[in-house]
Amino acid sequence: MVQTLDITPDLAKAQNAEAGASKFCPGCGHGMILKTLAHTIDDLNLQEKAVFGCDIGCSLLSWNYMNVDTVQTHHGRTTPVIYGVTRANPGTIGIAYMGDGGGLAIGSQHLVNAAVRGENMLIVLANNTNYGMTGGQMAPTTMPGQKTETTPYGRDCEVTGKPAKGAEMVASIVDPNKAYVARSSVSNLRSLRKVFTKALKNVEKGGFSFVEVLSICPLNWRTNNEGTWDRLKTMEEFFEVKEFVQREGLE
Amino acid sequence: MVKKLITEDTRMFLTGNETIAYAANAAQAEFMYGYPITPQNEIMHTWCKLLPKTEAGFLQTEDEISAGFSTIGGILAGKRAFTATAGPGNVIMQDAQSMAEMMRIPFVCAVMQRGGPSTATVIYAQQETRLTCFGGNGEGFRIVYSTAGHQDLYDYMIKSFNTAWKYRFPTFMLADGYQGKMREPVTLYDPASRGITMEPTPAILRAPGKIDVDRKANHIRNTFNLEEELMEVLDSYQAEFDRISPEIEEYLEYKADDAEILIVAHGIVARSAMTAVDELRAKGIKAGLFRPITLRPLAVKPLRAAVSRAKQVLFTESANGQLAQMVLEKIYGLTTPYSTLFKMGVGVTGDDIVQKVEQMVKTPATV
Repeated sequence: MVQTLDITPDLAKAQNAEAGASKFCPGCGHGMILKTLAHTIDDLNLQEKAVFGCDIGCSLLSWNYMNVDTVQTHHGRTTPVIYGVTRANPGTIGIAYMGDGGGLAIGSQHLVNAAVRGENMLIVLANNTNYGMTGGQMAPTTMPGQKTETTPYGRDCEVTGKPAKGAEMVASIVDPNKAYVARSSVSNLRSLRKVFTKALKNVEKGGFSFVEVLSICPLNWRTNNEGTWDRLKTMEEFFEVKEFVQREGLE
Repeated sequence: MVKKLITEDTRMFLTGNETIAYAANAAQAEFMYGYPITPQNEIMHTWCKLLPKTEAGFLQTEDEISAGFSTIGGILAGKRAFTATAGPGNVIMQDAQSMAEMMRIPFVCAVMQRGGPSTATVIYAQQETRLTCFGGNGEGFRIVYSTAGHQDLYDYMIKSFNTAWKYRFPTFMLADGYQGKMREPVTLYDPASRGITMEPTPAILRAPGKIDVDRKANHIRNTFNLEEELMEVLDSYQAEFDRISPEIEEYLEYKADDAEILIVAHGIVARSAMTAVDELRAKGIKAGLFRPITLRPLAVKPLRAAVSRAKQVLFTESANGQLAQMVLEKIYGLTTPYSTLFKMGVGVTGDDIVQKVEQMVKTPATV
């Protein structure tokens, strides 16, 4: 006799149940980040106020992941689309979701200017140290010595410069009285949920939030479970996991 | 809701750029996103100066890429939002414009042409005609009005909003820095006084209704998985574009009925052509003008009829035949010979056209 397990997945209300199975590669970090974000949206009861924008690259696969109104934009252009929304419709909880390429390379001018202007939005940047969707090229965040398709002999920082540290850069240009800037990791989703909570509360207060999440890409890293975890831990040593800027009153 | 500044007919002596800002307010535009580039700057200057009275919104962005995409954000939020640009700004705004084209976003943009390619000159040209009609990596699912003076700027800026929101194709008002910078008398009016009702601007992001109760969440995208999936969408756009074209097409004929030499020109060059037609008629030369007002879609039937009636056609532009190429494709099969007067990035005067037509009378075109 065949027994079926009567278990339903732990879906957040802000997660789109109709989207079906995850479109991300096995072992990808995006699903963990998005699910945590969706639960946080539930925690703060923000589903009706939230607008979610996703970039190009692997992050675009989140275009129907959330059960909130969503727009999938162009590479690097999610930030301006979302602050276009929040400028026009104040009170919206605008969330721009992107990878390290979208945030720190092709869309870096928007990140810098949104941070300087204190645009009322949350930018979530998933840092997996490479361009996943296009086949694993070097990203601004690729680690020193890391092998990618465009650094097949390892990233030589003498040639390419050092990895971009997004959270540190953003922290140095925001108004600390209106901002929340943190780096978190998919190695600790409870901590990530706390970070998202503060980030979204800050947006509710009219502020600008930036959360960089260290993530994993076993497919392009060519790592097994153990290797993936080790790589993530190495990243956490290089990219400091902490809150960089936290306005008062977010606890 | 923004406050309308013009409640009764008001005659003013304005620059074209000022006129556009007033027109956007008359259309109850709620938000402008923009980045400075000559020769369109005074649109945003005027818009900003009027903000305390209009209670509208403005964001000066970090570049035209952002201006285009944040305009899209404002529109998706359900606001009658717009932007304006020119030249190299128009080039980099194609990124956003192609997204608007793919997603049928009612994007409205005033393009005040300047010289090209590259930085070139800052005041005048007709060299963004092709870019505005067919820019981006798309198929030209865009509506483009070409204006020839300040009353046009006022009328067609208002109309651009309604065309964009009614038909949901990106809509452009194509002008130039001569029109933007010079002053002319213009009658400002409340669109309602002309029987014009502004189309509603429903929000897609934070649409009305509670998610899972009144409606499902909206998920809009511009990426497709399969080639056939894309073609199906684009075929439907083409069918829709073809269906609505007769409702949108506009043109102006000036003494074209019995014209032996038909001048085909758009924008401010068409105004030079009108003075030339009068001068040539006074000299006994039967000249006439066909001015397409919509460049996308072109009014093909009347254009073909006018070209068929004429003995010769003259294409004249402040570009190297950007309009002529679009027209020639649409008049395929007609045998009326034509000549050209193209001045790349330079104004075409009535005198230029008179001299050219007189030459054509002496030595008819053979092409």
